Amino acid sequence: MSGDLLKLTAADLAERLAAGEVSSVEATQAHLDRIAAVDGDVHAFLLVDTEGALAQAAEIDRRRASGAALHRLAGVPIAVKDVVATKGLPTTAGSRLLEGWVPPYDATLVTRLRGAGLPILGKTNMDEFAMGSSTEHSAFGPSHNPWDLERTPGGSGGGSAAAVAAFEAPLAIGTDTGGSIRQPGAVTGTVGVKPTYGGVSRYGLVALASSLDQAGPVTRTVLDAALLHELIGGCDPLDSTSIDAPMPDLIGSVCNADVRGLRVGVVRELGGEGYQAGVRARFDESVGLLSDAGAEVVEVSCPHFDYALAAYYLILPSEASSNLARFDAMRYGLRILPETGPDGGVPSAEDVMRATRATGFGDEAKRRIILGTYALSSGYYDAYYGSAQKVRTLIAGDFEQAFAQADVLVSPTAPTTAFRLGEKLDDPLAMYLNDVATIPANLAGVPGLSLPSGLADEDGLPAGFQILAPATADDRLYRVGGALETMLVDRWGGLLLDHAPVLAAAREVSA
Amino acid sequence: MISYVEAIEHFEPVIGLEVHVELGTASKMFCGCATTFGAEPNSQVCPTCLGLPGSLPVMNGAAVESAIRIGLALGCDIAGWCRFARKNYFYPDMPKNFQTSQYDEPIAFEGATDVVLADGETVRIEIERAHMEEDTGKSLHVGGATGRIHGASHSLVDYNRAGIPLVEIVTKPVIGPDAQAPEVARAYVAHLRELLLALGVSDVRMEQGSLRCDANVSLRPRSGGPDQPLGTRTETKNVNSLRSVERAVRHEICRQAELLLAGGSVTLETRHWHEDTGVTTPGRSKEQAEDYRYFPEPDLVPVAPSPQWVDHLRQTLPEPPGERRARLAAQWGFSELEMRDTVGAGALELVESTVACGASPQSARKWWLAELSRRARAEGVELADLPVSPQQVAELQGLVDGGRVNDQLARQVLDGVLAGEGSPEQVVTDRGLEVVSDDGALTAAVDQAIADHPDVAAKVRDGKIAASGALIGAVMKQLRGQADAARVRELVLQRLT
Repeated sequence: MSGDLLKLTAADLAERLAAGEVSSVEATQAHLDRIAAVDGDVHAFLLVDTEGALAQAAEIDRRRASGAALHRLAGVPIAVKDVVATKGLPTTAGSRLLEGWVPPYDATLVTRLRGAGLPILGKTNMDEFAMGSSTEHSAFGPSHNPWDLERTPGGSGGGSAAAVAAFEAPLAIGTDTGGSIRQPGAVTGTVGVKPTYGGVSRYGLVALASSLDQAGPVTRTVLDAALLHELIGGCDPLDSTSIDAPMPDLIGSVCNADVRGLRVGVVRELGGEGYQAGVRARFDESVGLLSDAGAEVVEVSCPHFDYALAAYYLILPSEASSNLARFDAMRYGLRILPETGPDGGVPSAEDVMRATRATGFGDEAKRRIILGTYALSSGYYDAYYGSAQKVRTLIAGDFEQAFAQADVLVSPTAPTTAFRLGEKLDDPLAMYLNDVATIPANLAGVPGLSLPSGLADEDGLPAGFQILAPATADDRLYRVGGALETMLVDRWGGLLLDHAPVLAAAREVSA
Repeated sequence: MISYVEAIEHFEPVIGLEVHVELGTASKMFCGCATTFGAEPNSQVCPTCLGLPGSLPVMNGAAVESAIRIGLALGCDIAGWCRFARKNYFYPDMPKNFQTSQYDEPIAFEGATDVVLADGETVRIEIERAHMEEDTGKSLHVGGATGRIHGASHSLVDYNRAGIPLVEIVTKPVIGPDAQAPEVARAYVAHLRELLLALGVSDVRMEQGSLRCDANVSLRPRSGGPDQPLGTRTETKNVNSLRSVERAVRHEICRQAELLLAGGSVTLETRHWHEDTGVTTPGRSKEQAEDYRYFPEPDLVPVAPSPQWVDHLRQTLPEPPGERRARLAAQWGFSELEMRDTVGAGALELVESTVACGASPQSARKWWLAELSRRARAEGVELADLPVSPQQVAELQGLVDGGRVNDQLARQVLDGVLAGEGSPEQVVTDRGLEVVSDDGALTAAVDQAIADHPDVAAKVRDGKIAASGALIGAVMKQLRGQADAARVRELVLQRLT
């Protein structure tokens, strides 16, 4: 029974909850049990809120019993990336600096989750302050890929993707600054969506790069993503950059997915050299399926995408250096008190700030703070930050031209399948290259969706297929994603995750 | 130190003024927190103004409106599109360790305003820019001798002030006034205060820090001619009264002159003004000053006021203070000195309202500038904060004009009003303060006084009219002051002559 509950999609679980076949407490308990069984190996969670989740579940069961009108996802448990502020629940953003900080407020998206009655199972692991592509930069140890525990689940949102892939949660929240929802989705065989910039409120997201950050759904199916996206999306007066317009119909786009006559643009610059053969093969197959289903496939060129990574690694560190300045031990979080100041006297506030930041930030955070501080310095601003912003404008121009020729753009989500833990840890550039295909969407603010395209022949690990749409046309992601998923699932005879190895702990439990 | 005269003999001073104005909006610049002055420390804070992780700013439309109106009143152009920027530096009273400010895209720029000096001369001050920003928290250094950070054992931070909207108004270098520079500096700040008050955008209380002035001063040798570049400047902070503005500029001119005459050079630096000793001391040197790493604030959308809105704001600006003063002076028949005193006492609005409630301009002026100013000083409050309204002052004057109370009784009535006992009429009734106007009662009291002081009465009968004062005093005493002294005098003389 409990095994059945775990394998259900969020949409199916929601239906059973609505029909009274299962209670939210049962569903929530099943996932808490699963977490207890496998998370020792996966380490998707930094914090599990057993009591809180069960209380929320009981509350929603009561409301359902009283006949109250409930949200479609009411009672479906969810995991939330630890970069999102949750009132009363410690929020660390994967950093020692915030260890022990309990937010006095909820992020807007959390308010919406609570309002709709989704029990929050806990907070998921991530690279420190969302800087990384493997969760190896988490101050609390890496997460492991359920497909191969020796490999990373991607990052920064590896915890959310791993939780969903390991059936520890039917749904999760991620955030995507350069691919942190989509790349983990690709390497764990899950679905991840980065909405249009401004589509989901950023209020309550511990900021990495304000002009790039966007929260979105992490799920096992495209429909589940649409359900969650519609719940958390929409205008928020607390976020000035939030879009003040109705969201398009996302759920309807999945249900009526049809790609006949749709122009699908294959981005020339996002493929070829540097992309693993198996990833390319699965990508080409999926493009073929879309073509067979009646889509018109064209090749488009976005010449400035070649400069996206370089521009991104100036803009992101610049904004991050400023956003992370507030972690100074003065008001909350870690405080390291040196015994003396540099002159041997009583340490000053500045000495405390220095000691705290030196101890609290990991290497990757320090690397990016130093980079960003340099890029914004007077005398270097125009050459670095200024030039990067120009490249950003050119990339937005590339998208505009490409979307004149195609309704959606497609590419592999990440150049490779999941890499081994430790493999790229000492080579930042190699790590950064994981996001080469996902970064352009963040720079231009357009939405992107990653769904599994199959297993790469050479390693049997999941590969991701990325769909990009013009800003505010998130519905197109779901239309194409929904259609492709249906065709792929038909071929596979079920979700790709059904082919994932059974986790050791789970075998012991079921045995 | 050398004298001002000697300093001016050798050098031409050039000044520049940066004035920070705290706007009087009900809520902060980027969140909904209240802005009440003097509230319990850290009681007016929220995740946004505390800079908690994940919090975001939302612009206060009323603050933008105030900033635009200030810009318009200073004759500035208003930007059709501008952004906020982050000014990055670490300090415990900065919740985010960056200040959300405006950098190269101010909301208002390129203006000018005419300042009238005490002698009636007009000086045009050119405005470089007026931009919006948020205030920082306030540090309280405990244990040091002077409340300064040096020597303090610990510091406390109050974040109530963090996020209060500020407009910073920056002048271009003021070159013309020469020896009058200190006076011009003071007059400019006074002028700005009046203008901001008329706009109703701030309570401009220098002592509470809602108007703060930084004075830049540099000197050029007279021998260098008019086309020489400006000298190295210092920026004096903390200049928080009109008198200090003038004194600080004057001091800085003398200090720099002495330094230069001795063959030294001026250091580009921030200096602190000490009100008590009348000197400036060095703060941080600008050479070591931090690089603020400004960049456009990504958490806010650009400010793009529509031309229609800006036009509307321009058309609804209040009458410029200078013109208003001239109009009221003519209307009220005030001399230039009377008008200047009225404005200087911060009583212009109060007098105007009192006149509007029916008092004569001169009586209104006397009440506010004499008796009420004295009481405000004694209480240590602003004139406008006394618990008496212009309506009540006009009513009180009405009682005097109608002969129902004399001046002395009127002051007692005022006591009652200030004590919250109600309207003047109410106080008169409750305290029984009305003058005795019944001639029968007065005559009886006069007869009694004559009977009590036969020798005095005899002197008056003999033609020593001046002696009647003692009898009048006796009558007033008998009636506990509640009589019209002139009428009593009339009656005494009637009886004895």
